[in-house]
Amino acid sequence: MQFHKARLDNGLQIVAELNPNAQSLAVGFFVRTGSRDETSDVSGVSHFLEHMAFKGDEKFSADDVNRIFDEVGAKYNASTSEEVTLYYAAILPEYFAQTFEILAGLLYPTLRVDDFAMEKKVILEEIGMYEDQPAFTAYEQTMQLHFNGHPLGRSILGSKNSIEALTSDQMRAYHAQQYKAGNVVLAIAGKAEWPEILELAEQYCNRWPAGQTDRPTDEAQPTGGLSVLTKEGSVQQHVMRMAPAPTAASPLRFAAELLSVIVGDDSGSRLYWELVDPGLAEAAEIGYNEYDGSGTWLTYLSCNPESTAENLERIDAIYQGVDPAKPGGVSEEELEIAKSKVASRVVLRSERPMGRLGSLGSNWLYRREYRSVEDDLNVLSSMTIDHIRELLDAYPLGHVSTVTVGPLTELVVS
Amino acid sequence: MKDQNIQTHTFANGLTLVVERMSDVQSAAFSLLVPSGSIFDPVGQCGSAAVLCDLMTRGAGDRDTKQLSSALDNLGLQRHESIGNTHLTFTGATLASNLDEALRIYGEIIQQPRLPTEEFEPARAGVEQALLAMEDEPRQKIMQELRRRCYDAPWGLPSDGELSDLPALSIESAQAHYNRCFRPDETILGIAGNVDIDQVIKHTDEIFGGWQPKSAPSYETGPRGKARDHIDHSSTQTHIGIAYEGVPYRDPDYYAAWAAVSVLSGGMSARLFTEVRERRGLCYAVSASLSSLKDEARVLCYAGTTAERAQETLDVTVHELKRLATAGAEIKDDELDRCKARAKSSLIMQQESSVSRSSSIARDWFHLGRVNTLAEVRDKIEQLTVATVTDYVNRHPAGEFTILTIGPEPLEEPRAVS
Repeated sequence: MQFHKARLDNGLQIVAELNPNAQSLAVGFFVRTGSRDETSDVSGVSHFLEHMAFKGDEKFSADDVNRIFDEVGAKYNASTSEEVTLYYAAILPEYFAQTFEILAGLLYPTLRVDDFAMEKKVILEEIGMYEDQPAFTAYEQTMQLHFNGHPLGRSILGSKNSIEALTSDQMRAYHAQQYKAGNVVLAIAGKAEWPEILELAEQYCNRWPAGQTDRPTDEAQPTGGLSVLTKEGSVQQHVMRMAPAPTAASPLRFAAELLSVIVGDDSGSRLYWELVDPGLAEAAEIGYNEYDGSGTWLTYLSCNPESTAENLERIDAIYQGVDPAKPGGVSEEELEIAKSKVASRVVLRSERPMGRLGSLGSNWLYRREYRSVEDDLNVLSSMTIDHIRELLDAYPLGHVSTVTVGPLTELVVS
Repeated sequence: MKDQNIQTHTFANGLTLVVERMSDVQSAAFSLLVPSGSIFDPVGQCGSAAVLCDLMTRGAGDRDTKQLSSALDNLGLQRHESIGNTHLTFTGATLASNLDEALRIYGEIIQQPRLPTEEFEPARAGVEQALLAMEDEPRQKIMQELRRRCYDAPWGLPSDGELSDLPALSIESAQAHYNRCFRPDETILGIAGNVDIDQVIKHTDEIFGGWQPKSAPSYETGPRGKARDHIDHSSTQTHIGIAYEGVPYRDPDYYAAWAAVSVLSGGMSARLFTEVRERRGLCYAVSASLSSLKDEARVLCYAGTTAERAQETLDVTVHELKRLATAGAEIKDDELDRCKARAKSSLIMQQESSVSRSSSIARDWFHLGRVNTLAEVRDKIEQLTVATVTDYVNRHPAGEFTILTIGPEPLEEPRAVS
């Protein structure tokens, strides 16, 4: 496994973890832009733009783009989050050059007016699709409530109104501002040759405009609150709650990942034994999410409406009992089990180039840091109960913001 | 494509082990198929297999439910149990050095489950919670309900159970399901990863060799649901499910059938995505896939769209499905070439994953009684021509559709598209 890095004159960052024994390779452009970089009048533009990327440029039509990716048998797609828009493909090594050209082309699409009008319909359908998923509604509403007034509170999809009102000129302006080479990391994992990577990057990315945009990354100071969204005709109650957690730059993030496994993994965790194993809830989990300058503990509960309040009390009691300094707090044994679980996940995921791509690209985008699988395993095994204590002192488990979606018309929470 | 090292071994009690050595990975994965799926749910007890599946890991041998969970977590085992119509499937993946111990524990889970009375109610409640959650997820629910309408019972009945039948279940019915169905005959254990094949055979014999065979249980057949149906739901979108006949995995025509479905839905340049989404912007999600039981198969299609555009979406989708077999819309060389390219890359990428290889070899044994090597599959796909796929489509044209919608309004019969 060999790591390489380079930077083009326009600011494009290139990182590669090459493995001559791999059968495939994965390539991704990580663009440092997402809903947090939008303004209200263009809400949803990052995600809409990601769709428009597949509509082609001067050289390739929309049909060409899809056809060529399929001709080389690529597994390809794109995704948009609050902070990153990612374009990626997993392919066989012999198709690298061909795939690279088309993938790089996605980042500078023509944005034809006809395509824009047609794709707008697809985006509105996607919004409709997510409206039918109560857990997604709960997530989006919780982000809005928790990060109220902070850029992270912006919706990724936008709303029906914001998408209907959006113009292709507004999208062009957003694209010109955000898609500068200095905002992009090109990451490659698997079987490829470093000189060829540099050559292709020079050929297809060198003319991209130089520059970089800043984003304010002040840590959010959520004031929180409760929002009850009554959905008539629904059956289960969905609750999401958020509290502050370590930022993407914080060394506490490793302990946070372990603590979330101990407390809220989907099996064998404290929440699992207390709520899911006895059949009191369909799901009861806590996850840790890291962002630029902020972080969240995200609790998710799905259960019968009538048991919701009781289940939330059970979760509170669990959160209050995790302090390792107190009786019944997180134990060495629990920590060791969590380490085994996470280590095994890291190793299994890393066996495929596509499994390495996310971590390779994100580590560079967020921290300008390369971490091998071994680095991750070493830091995991070095974690102690003291790290967990330090984490809980700074970011206790709890709830600042709560959103519930389901049949209930009211909910009393602590 | 690299040569594969695959061996099979059928033990005296009927259990078949299929092992593939993968020297480039650090991990090992297993997929254990026990022929005790939901088709064996007694009539009026739909959910019996689902509750049993949940109970299986609630204590085995000397370990209670928490001890069992800790022992598996300590091995870093990523595990999953699932209910299919023919099998309960137990899968796991971890570092290859932990495989022996993981299998030893699964030997106890399969042969000495405690099935304790006090764990029945939590298990039943868990199954109920999952079914209730599905009521709020029309996109998931429609595929389950479509199966009920396009396959005869018990094949089309929901593997996860039926809310109305859950009260009829008991710890006794779960134990009876176990006693009737759990047996080594027709059980398949697929293992792939960085393992020593001879060692795995020896170890499996030690663990499962003493498991006693018994006769195959029976199941009751019954009719399927209505070919046209609508379920009222106050959703934003209308969810459309369409099914028609395909051929199963072991059929000589399987690869031609696979190619026909791939032309429809095998990538973003495929016909459904192009015509329904790209040209008309009717929906975000539209797809078709070939779903195979042992003896029969269906092509299952899904489209989700806002209610006012649902009729047009249904019309255009059905038109595309039928068009494959009509003059003027024949499959073209470049369409088939793209299907082949996608298949080739999937086959090669499978070699990087012990998880996908272990489930693939176990599935092959169930359907074929042998394992297709990746090179054999590649050759079969390479041999496909536009003529052979077109010939298949002409012999098996899309028609006699089962159509189900979930949403605010029912739709009319599909109409001709100009």
